[in-house]
Amino acid sequence: MDLAKSTFWGFKRENGRIGVRNHVIILPVDDLSNAAAEAVAHNIKGALAIPHPYGRLQFGADLDLHFATLIGTGCNPNVAAVVVICIEDGWAKKVADAVAATGKPVAYFGIEGHGDHDTIMRASKKAREFVQWASELRREERPLKDLWVSTKCGESDTTSGCGANPTVGNAFDKLYPHRVTLAFGETTELTGGEHLVAARCANDEVRKKFQFMFDRYQAIIDKHKTSDLSDSQPTKGNIAGGLTTIEEKALGNIQKIGRLCKVDGVLDKHERPTGPGLWFIDSSSAAAEMVTLCAAAGYTVHFFPTGQGNVIGNPILPNIKICANPRTVRTMGEHVDVDVSGLLRKEMNPDQAGDALLECMFRTANGRLTAAEALGHREFVLTRLYESA
Amino acid sequence: MIHFVVHEEGDGVGVVVVEGVKAGQDLVGWIMEDDKEIRMTAKSDIPIGHKLALKDFKAGDTVIKYGVDIGKIVAPIARGEHTHVHNLKTKRW
Repeated sequence: MDLAKSTFWGFKRENGRIGVRNHVIILPVDDLSNAAAEAVAHNIKGALAIPHPYGRLQFGADLDLHFATLIGTGCNPNVAAVVVICIEDGWAKKVADAVAATGKPVAYFGIEGHGDHDTIMRASKKAREFVQWASELRREERPLKDLWVSTKCGESDTTSGCGANPTVGNAFDKLYPHRVTLAFGETTELTGGEHLVAARCANDEVRKKFQFMFDRYQAIIDKHKTSDLSDSQPTKGNIAGGLTTIEEKALGNIQKIGRLCKVDGVLDKHERPTGPGLWFIDSSSAAAEMVTLCAAAGYTVHFFPTGQGNVIGNPILPNIKICANPRTVRTMGEHVDVDVSGLLRKEMNPDQAGDALLECMFRTANGRLTAAEALGHREFVLTRLYESA
Repeated sequence: MIHFVVHEEGDGVGVVVVEGVKAGQDLVGWIMEDDKEIRMTAKSDIPIGHKLALKDFKAGDTVIKYGVDIGKIVAPIARGEHTHVHNLKTKRW
């Protein structure tokens, strides 16, 4: 596959970023606003509500992350326009103003003093305007480097480390020289292989920040654990699939960053990439939490390898599922976008598997719905740092 | 036909990649790193995705996979037996 001349068709946003989807989202700032947001999305066909359970009485760094994730979601170039709804005006405006800095159309509504009926009516009128406006936007041909690609695996088993994850690694190694903006994360899921990631860091400064993030997460595990985590990390599904220890899971996980890419930068959960290359995002290894952070960081296509069959999707970030487990491909085929089970039968080599994934990536970027999109998977899960006040 | 794969020469375990492996079955393995075939006899029924021991282990031994330490043996395992959470544990946490 000649990637030097490869292009895709995307939506150019006002700030120059390129999206591969054209969503008009109805974004509640808090749990109380979900009902109104969902009513607006019901009224206006083509609008997408993103409900979630948080946003009240959070404080400090946890509140900052809540805002950063909502704002990042609104700013993502897969989103054409945003309607923000909050119980009160102040925080609605805070999210709307930050998203408006991208130049995209944004409107905000507070429920207090109006009630749900009036809010739903006014927000629906604005959403109708946005949806009709967005429906006239056209894709344009763009160079590969305009694509931002993240990865995270889930319901992994031993076939993930032999097949699906090395397929992502092969694709990442091919994308990296073309200055694509790439990401991986899952901090605790590097345990036992953290030295391998540290060795791949581009310089000592990056390595120091990576080690800080890794140690910080280990301290959380050590503080709260009541066992060796053998019921949660690896998960029951991982263990059913043959994985035994966190170290084994981590070594399979790390196959996703290939053999050639350097780790060019390390991001805290609220930080954003500042250039091309491979970024490590400090993140939970829980699928929807991590993918939600990738969407908020601005990624536009996601590679999601699975062994036992994780069915996750995201409201705005298309998840391409890659699977090498022949049983999962047989029993859960409707969730699999790229079947690489041939790798384990020697019917396919890693280079061919990587190319098959890249071909699917271009088709997805050009508008083909992923399995998770077609099945309506829209898991949006905000990471919490600690209890609400 | 390949029944199990091994990441690297020197790994102590292989991964069964077909369904229905039974005790006593002769298996063909593939060492992916150097594209070499090896042969083993299964000593347990082993589900797809689960590991078989490529050598005898005693309690306290370290298990290597991907050329890296993946944990410690907590119950003895004979070559060809099922290697999983009942006899292999993390060294972390």
